[in-house]
This record gives sequence, C-alpha cells and structure tokens, in this order.
Amino acid sequence: MTSRCLEISGLTVRTMCDGRERELVSGVDLALEGGEVLALVGASGSGKSMTCAAALDVLPPGTWRAGGTVELDGQVRTAREVRGAYVATILQNPRSAFNPVRTMRSHAHETLRALGMGRSGRNARVEAAMIDAGLEDVPRILALHPFEMSGGMLQRMMVALALMSEAPFLFADEPTTDLDLIVQREILDLLERLKKTRGLGILLVTHDMGVVARLADRVAVMDAGRIVETGPVMDVFHRPAHPTTRRLVDAHLSLYPTLSPAEPAT
Amino acid sequence: MSDLALPEKPAAASGRRPWLSLTGRFALALAATIIAVAVFGPWLTPHDPNAMDLTARLDGPSAAHWLGTDHLGRDILSRLFVGARVSLGSVAVTLSLILALGIGIGGAAGFLGGRTDQVIMRCADVFLTFPTLVLALFMVGMLGTGLVNVVIAIALSHWAWYARIVRGIVLSLKHRDFILASRLAGTGRLRIFWTHLLPATMSQLVVLATLDIGHIMLHVSGLSFLGLGIAAPTAEWGVMLNDARQFVWTEPHLMIWPGLALFISVMAFNLLGDAIRDRLDPHLRMEHAH
Repeated sequence: MTSRCLEISGLTVRTMCDGRERELVSGVDLALEGGEVLALVGASGSGKSMTCAAALDVLPPGTWRAGGTVELDGQVRTAREVRGAYVATILQNPRSAFNPVRTMRSHAHETLRALGMGRSGRNARVEAAMIDAGLEDVPRILALHPFEMSGGMLQRMMVALALMSEAPFLFADEPTTDLDLIVQREILDLLERLKKTRGLGILLVTHDMGVVARLADRVAVMDAGRIVETGPVMDVFHRPAHPTTRRLVDAHLSLYPTLSPAEPAT
Repeated sequence: MSDLALPEKPAAASGRRPWLSLTGRFALALAATIIAVAVFGPWLTPHDPNAMDLTARLDGPSAAHWLGTDHLGRDILSRLFVGARVSLGSVAVTLSLILALGIGIGGAAGFLGGRTDQVIMRCADVFLTFPTLVLALFMVGMLGTGLVNVVIAIALSHWAWYARIVRGIVLSLKHRDFILASRLAGTGRLRIFWTHLLPATMSQLVVLATLDIGHIMLHVSGLSFLGLGIAAPTAEWGVMLNDARQFVWTEPHLMIWPGLALFISVMAFNLLGDAIRDRLDPHLRMEHAH
C-alpha cells in the first residue's frame, strides 16, 4: 500500500459565466506518492479546493470537469472508484461535516458500509482507527452527536473516519482553518504521525504557509487555476521562482516576522 | 400562582410538559379508538352487518339495535363498525401509495436536479392546479368506478403536495457539507437519500399525512356517496349516507349516524395532525416555552 502513486493529469474545470464558458482550473498535473505530504497552496480563489473536488468529481453545481484523468499506479480510475476506497477526505469545517441528528457510530458504520464491508469486523476497525486518531474513549464517543463534541474532537473523528476506510491517500482541504491554535497543532501532529506510521500520501490544501513549512515535503503553488511552481518545500521557501510564490512567502513573513520559514510555529 | 414566581419557573415547568397538548391527547385517544374499531370491528358487531330483517325496517334505537335499523332492517351500529374498517383501510392504502409516489418522485426531482427536476415539477404543478376532488372525479371517470380505482384516483390527485415538500427539503439539504462528506466517503446516492435526506422529511410528512387522513376519508366516502367508489351492499359510511338519502325527511337518524361517524373521525385525525405539527415545529415549540 505504501508504494502507491496517485497521478492527476490535465485536470480542467469549467463554468458558465455571463453566457460564456470560463476555465476555473486549467490543465493541472499533480503526482502524490504514498508517505509524502504534498501541499497545494495559493491565494483564495486560485482553484485549490476546486482541484480536489474535480479529482473526486464532487464539484459544486454549475461547474464541471472538462478534462483530466486520475491514475492509481498507472491505471486510470473513475472518480466513483477512487472516492472512499483510495482517497479519503477531511473537510475544512468539522462542525458541518457531520449529520447533526446522527451519532458518531452511525457515521462510522456509513463509512464502512460505503466500502462494502460487512457487519463483522466493523467494530475492531472503528476502534483501531479512533485510537489512532487520538480518540481513546471509543464507546463513549461513538454514542455522541456532533453538537455534543468540540471542534477538535470532530476533526479527529473525521480523521478517524478517513483512517477507517484504509485508503492509501488523504485529501485534507484546509483541515485546520476553523480550529483554534492548540487544536490546529494537535491535528497537524496527528497528520504527520499518520504519514509516518501508515504511509499515507496526503494532499494538503492550505493557504497557511506556516502549516506548509511544518508538514509538507513538497509544495505546488497555484495561481488563477494553474500550477505555477512545484518543488521541495525548502526550495520553494528559500528560492521562490514565481512571483505568486514570492508574494505568498513574503505575506507570511510580514505577518510573522520573528519566525524564520525553516522553523515556524503553528 | 405565586407572586414570587421567578422567570425561570415557566421554563422549568415547560420541561415537564407532556409530549402532546390536552387536545392532542384527546384526539389521539379518539383516533386510537376508531382504529381499534376498524381493526376489531367484525368481532365487536352485535349483528351481521349485512343480515336483512324486513320485519324490523327503519326501527328506532332499541335494546337489540342500539342505533336502530336501516331500510332493509340491517343493524346500523354493526354497519358503522364494519364501515370504519373499509374507510380506514382504504385511507391507509391510499396514504401509503401517496407517500411512496411523493417520496419517490419528489426525492428524484430534488436529488437529480436540473432538467429532470424541471420536468417533474411542471407535471406536479398541473396536479396542484386542480381541486383534488375534481381531479379524483375526473380520474375515476377515466379509470372506471370501484374501490381500487378510487384509491388510485385519490393517490394520483394528492402525490404532488408530498412530492413538493420532499423536494424542498432535499434541495435545502443536498449541498450541505455532511452530504458532501458522505459522498466523499464513497456512499452511493440512494444510500445518502435513505440515511440523510429521507429522515429529515419525516416530521413534515407525518404532519401532512395525519392531516390528510380525514381529507382522504371524506374523498373515499364522498365518491362512494356518488356511487363511484364502493358498491351498495358493502357497509361503508358514504354508501350508508347514500342509502339514507331517500329517507332524509322521514327517518333523519339514518343519515345522522354515518355522518356523525365521519365527522368524529375526520375531526379526531385533524386535531391529532394539528397537535403533532405544533409539537414537531421548533418555532411553535419555542413560543409555547416562553
């Protein structure tokens, strides 16, 4: 599982705007290996989230995938095959990502049922994933509804659901934006640990360069729907080639002037 | 009422408030009784509802016949009991059919969206335009008379209301994050509809269905009264009303009993529906609490 490779090529998203077609994402190519974190950065509206949604074919209404393929180990797969089974996803806002009237147990079972897993063995897998995600008191938490849990717990639960699927890849779309700093740090620690222990390949969508420096191995910078620069994280920070990258790094440094990009806080 | 009552008091008291209002509980008891009569009717009847006794025609109430007999000497109380079964049975079948159509069609419209939604909802609009009884009459005219056709006609003239509600709720929920999360986990569309969307429609559907029980009951009896539904010898309230029509000046009680049975049943289910709506609507609940 660890040696898998996810390749997105030529991904294009279009929408209709004032009677004309407009391209929101143009021919994006990305490659993600198991056991690495690839950060997809860019300003708001640059098409980062759209890229993730397009790869899994869950685009918002009014937009559509006009081209592009997703390959797993060299084999083209449909989005329906990829979702859940090969790519698990963590959404930005943990509070709205759970059905308010259903318990954690119901969500866990839904995730496993979607993978075609029978009733037997479910509990063991749920427990293992939740402990891995740092939710120790499994039976108590499984009985809770979303409103009875904190944002941090919910985000951990979302990570646990992703782990339950045993998908080799994880798309994390701004996983820490809606959390306070302490919880952010815990979630980032958790993701880093999972990368090492489970060999997860993580596509981390973010605009927070602090998070990037902390977690990412490689960085892809997006601007206006295109990838403008890709490279190892240190290269991108120290020798940004593209003006957009430079602006992002500069903006980060001007906000956190005392922190050097090599050892940022979170 | 104490003068020292603190502002918290009413809120605390409302916590112990029963699930249904007094009227609601009364209606529930009444409706339960009617349903019990419908279910156990054949074992409760003092006489065979279809046994004629031409020597005892048009008798008033007596010890043997509590509500008297009709123009063929049949026991009215027995016929009312058995009639409850026919009325409620046909209402149950009709409502199941309406719910199936409404949920299926409305769910498909809301969930699939786009052109499918447009086509389905314009069809629904056509059904929503006509008064239901007129539409049902028209359909019985096309399908022919008989109970089965009446049930189909009533179901076809009512599904659009249910479809519209289901569609509205599905539309309001389908772009929520938890639906997206569910899709991202690989859950199929039908499963998402079943686990996340359908339960959300239930509180409104239960209210609408309860309120419609009386309405549909009147449709069934109304069509039977006109001779389009259930045929004459069967004990059914609409048929009984029609039978009694010719004696309305001489023996008015023949009309009063089935009329009263209809009135009480419709009222019971309407009050019950109102009470459930008040209970399930969070806004109204808030008003009660304060």
